[in-house]
Amino acid sequence: MHATETLPPPLLALTGFSKSFAGFVALDHVDFTLHAGEIHALLGENGAGKSTLIKAMTGVVHRDAGTLRLDGVAIAPRSAEEAVRAGIATVYQEVNLAPNLSVAQNLFLGRQPTRFGLVREGEMRRRARALLGEFGLSIDVSAPLESYSVAIQHIVAIARAVDQSARVLILDEPTASLDAHEVEVLFAVMRQLTSRGIGIVFVTHFLDQVYAVCDRITVLRNGRLAGSAPVDELPRLDLVRLMLGRELSEATSRRPPVVEGEARADVATFRGVGKAGTIAPFDLALRAGHVVGLAGLLGSGRTETVRLVFGAERADCGAAEVAGRAVSIGSPREAMALGFGYCPEERKTEGIVAELTVRENIALALQARRGALSPLSRREQDALAAKFIGLLDIRPPDPERPVGLLSGGNQQKVLLARWLATAPRLLILDEPTRGIDVGAHAEIIGLIRNLCREGMALLVVSSELEELVTYADEVVVLRDRAHVARLTGAQIEVSTILATIAEAPSSVPLSADAA
Amino acid sequence: MALRLPRIGTSQIVALGLILVANWIVSPQFFDIRVQDGRLFGSLIDVFNRGAPVALLSIGMVLVIAMRGIDLSVGAVMAICGAIAASLADTHSLPVVLAAALGAGLLCGLWNGLLVAVLGIQPIVATLILMVAGRGIAQLITEGRIVTFTSPDLAFLGGGSVLGLPTPVVLTLGMMALTLALVRGTALGLMIEATGGNPRASALAGIGTRFITVGVYVWSGLCAALAGIVASADILGADANNAGLWLELDAILAVVIGGTSLFGGRFSIILAVVGAFIIQAMNTGILLSGFPPETNLVVKAVVVLTVLLAQSPRLGGHFAGIGVLFKRSKSGGKRS
Amino acid sequence: MIRFLSRLTPVLATAAVFLAGFVVCSLIYPNFASLRVVMNLLTDNAFLVIVAVGMTFVIISGGIDLSVGSVIGFTTVFLALAIERWGVPPLWAFVLILVICAAFGACMGAIIQYFELPAFIVTLAGMFLARGVSFLLSTESLPITADLYAHLSDHALRFEGGARLTVPALVMLAVVIGGMVLLHLTRFGANVYALGGSRTATGLMGINVARTTVLIYILSSVLAGLAGIVFSLYTSSGYSLSAVGVELDAIAAVVIGGTLLSGGYGFIFGSFLGVMIQGLIQTYISFDGMLSSWWAKIATGLLLFAFIAFQQLTLHLARRSRRAPAGVHP
Repeated sequence: MHATETLPPPLLALTGFSKSFAGFVALDHVDFTLHAGEIHALLGENGAGKSTLIKAMTGVVHRDAGTLRLDGVAIAPRSAEEAVRAGIATVYQEVNLAPNLSVAQNLFLGRQPTRFGLVREGEMRRRARALLGEFGLSIDVSAPLESYSVAIQHIVAIARAVDQSARVLILDEPTASLDAHEVEVLFAVMRQLTSRGIGIVFVTHFLDQVYAVCDRITVLRNGRLAGSAPVDELPRLDLVRLMLGRELSEATSRRPPVVEGEARADVATFRGVGKAGTIAPFDLALRAGHVVGLAGLLGSGRTETVRLVFGAERADCGAAEVAGRAVSIGSPREAMALGFGYCPEERKTEGIVAELTVRENIALALQARRGALSPLSRREQDALAAKFIGLLDIRPPDPERPVGLLSGGNQQKVLLARWLATAPRLLILDEPTRGIDVGAHAEIIGLIRNLCREGMALLVVSSELEELVTYADEVVVLRDRAHVARLTGAQIEVSTILATIAEAPSSVPLSADAA
Repeated sequence: MALRLPRIGTSQIVALGLILVANWIVSPQFFDIRVQDGRLFGSLIDVFNRGAPVALLSIGMVLVIAMRGIDLSVGAVMAICGAIAASLADTHSLPVVLAAALGAGLLCGLWNGLLVAVLGIQPIVATLILMVAGRGIAQLITEGRIVTFTSPDLAFLGGGSVLGLPTPVVLTLGMMALTLALVRGTALGLMIEATGGNPRASALAGIGTRFITVGVYVWSGLCAALAGIVASADILGADANNAGLWLELDAILAVVIGGTSLFGGRFSIILAVVGAFIIQAMNTGILLSGFPPETNLVVKAVVVLTVLLAQSPRLGGHFAGIGVLFKRSKSGGKRS
Repeated sequence: MIRFLSRLTPVLATAAVFLAGFVVCSLIYPNFASLRVVMNLLTDNAFLVIVAVGMTFVIISGGIDLSVGSVIGFTTVFLALAIERWGVPPLWAFVLILVICAAFGACMGAIIQYFELPAFIVTLAGMFLARGVSFLLSTESLPITADLYAHLSDHALRFEGGARLTVPALVMLAVVIGGMVLLHLTRFGANVYALGGSRTATGLMGINVARTTVLIYILSSVLAGLAGIVFSLYTSSGYSLSAVGVELDAIAAVVIGGTLLSGGYGFIFGSFLGVMIQGLIQTYISFDGMLSSWWAKIATGLLLFAFIAFQQLTLHLARRSRRAPAGVHP
């Protein structure tokens, strides 16, 4: 804490920020302090509350409680625009600029230099070149923004924000789609900004980058402040533990009784399957009655792995074998024909059809597999719905309720039911317990165990490592879009997984351009 | 998107009833029905008879709209198919005439469907092409004249009657029944609603969304072809300039009145047809009440706006809580 | 420079189509290539160009305006009644109708913006309303005999060989130039492009999206009103059935002119050329005397398809060549 005491009073101070949506607590009394000239990493898994915190401090979302002080003065911006005027600017991962406008127009949109109402194009370009020159960028500012790489688009967005007298700059995952060189360029820009006394909040999920550029780290977990410390006081393993682990007591992590693994039949094997820029080629063997867990941080390639397995994205290399037969899985339909099922992480955008009823949502995948011409009769649908509402304890137990009106946990159960109805050989679950209440966690885990016992092969992505270790027979650890370790038997411990995730990568991270 | 429990369509049916009663008030003979030569006559029958073409169009349109699409070309397709039917009527037998006209509608629908599903062009743009060119094609077929015919076979489809009901009404009911059987008798209806409601989720659940997309445009083309045949058979000729002119808008309006959201998802074929008859009943009512028929368009404009504002995402006040849920799901769109 | 050219490709393609068409016509009909034909092309299509300029703004911003044809019809009827029956001086009638059109456009824009409804259905209602009201005003074709009209239709810049640059054509050229200045050289114009590029981003950049949207629809309706004035000058009458389907011609011209229907890209000059191509086809058909008018529609449809397919292809190639951002959306 010595480092912070010598700094001037905080540039930005948040105290007691709280926010809940329709009963779901997204932020619970979070404090956050940013000093001038500091790069402050804001970390946490999906749903930890990072986005909500950023939105609450920039007025995009109205906080329920908490105070925000800029230079000791309380402010309450009610929109992104007001926040910018107060001096807090945000640059999002998906660059919020107009891709079709020229770089210069993007830098000065709404405040172009004009004479007699006409934009002084030459003057604007001159200023644009000067502004970007400060960041060591020399490009044709009259070309459309979209003709440049994402890195340059980010720098343009940052330049625009800084030029609008931003004192606090929030960078929300700016590096997610940049390659190693571009990241370096961006870091140079960030360091230069801090030398001008600007405070930067840096949201990322790449730990190397945190250690490369940040001064201080704040970790959120489940909407609460999990910890905050200067970078040199928080080693990598402790950081990962803060992000993923609860109070760790390894004695409580129970391994399931290990069944004789070798006797089990192969359901599907993947060899050298990968996709350039998305996930490095990997091998994966899925067996009946066997749970393979995928562990890693956000952005490490977990979802990308399962999407390739399910054919939601097409692999550009490798071979797949299902039940001993070589297959090519090019679409979800083909995967379903092979007996695969997939519950995506993005429940609302990729999972449920909100306005259809629970019954219809459950019947959907089975119906799709049978084809439109052999419809499930209403009686069959009712029976299906009744069976799974009972089996999974879906509440309220009303099959005719639009599924959008159910709670997150119950929506998740409906999705599970949709796939269980197809009696899959392989079920892929992406973050099955995300965003649902604690009671439902236990139910879903119990269900995973049951399915496994019944001989289904399971591939589960989870950030809840304590949960994962209780049901996984094998854990694949991912880092930087590659599978880096395969843990089995006694190796499956939360601490081992954390240590593997936290290991500094031995090679250069796979970047979008690597292949 | 407003979430709603499945509708039973009371409001539409009540609206139709009220308009009919209003018509009766301005014209006491409105509900009088006479039987002449084995066919029913009367203002009420007229409403259904004249509403038939738009009702037919709305049957196809409702499926397209449920898939988050739109088909602007139906009016032009009506003109093409009507022109084909009228030009062939006196020289070919009825089955050939029907096959040619319906086949043309099918091709038009296939063209639209391929542009939307395969080339990925926005529906409003893709169907605009045929909307512009289609009327020219129809004029090409009729060589710019009003083609007339005398074939009693084809004329029967417009002016005849089956069991006392005018043939257009019977054809509309038949097409509605066929479509219902096809869509609700199979799982297509569920798949259309799922795809319209959430295309990404539906594709991940294994629904062949592309195939269904082509299918609904083809069906819309077929319905338009049938509407064109009926319209031609009614006037014993084809007027490529005016046949089906602006009826695509009436068809869209009928679908909207029928409670299907322009944002896709849940749909009702029957209520779309009721919507078409509501439009026609208003037309008839305005005529009967002695207002100039031109009032019609103003009334339609008011109806469109009222229905739209009622459907507007902004006014779905009682669903506000769900609105919040949706917003949140949109903002949390990152994955590992 | 190369980049600049590549942005201009669609307009250059349109210009090439127009020039090629003109050359072909001139080869077939030697007296086609005259100043007179060109001037007539400008006069006959003046109202359509004016509407297309407004439509270009709307489409670049990501919207569509189906009401313009009806607004033209309404304007001609209103002018005929105001000048002939109600005795309003023509210039006052012009001002009055433009104010009414502005209010009409403002209402449509506001409904689209505040109720988050699709532009096409809102402007469809506007189309019904404007046409319906003009029917209610009068269903007859009303001649306008005011002195100003006679005076204005006599007035023209005369060239050798009987070519005349008429008042409608002059107004049209002024609108094209004014539109180009407004769209390409002002803050408002940049905002229009930004809206078409990304609505949410534009809002986040601190641009008043609501105000810009409403202004765009006001502009479109006012230009439609102006087109109505020009149309009434051209025909010296007001008729509620005039300009039926003009919205389609205008949209077709805008697309043929290289503007992307999904918004964000386009040029006023392209729309001007798009109308000229349509005019060229009409002129060719009238020169031919044997060809029938429906070929114009079919040719327009084919051109529409060609340009839309071309746009789709370029978009597709552009997406391919851009790096797939890993770890983001599929």
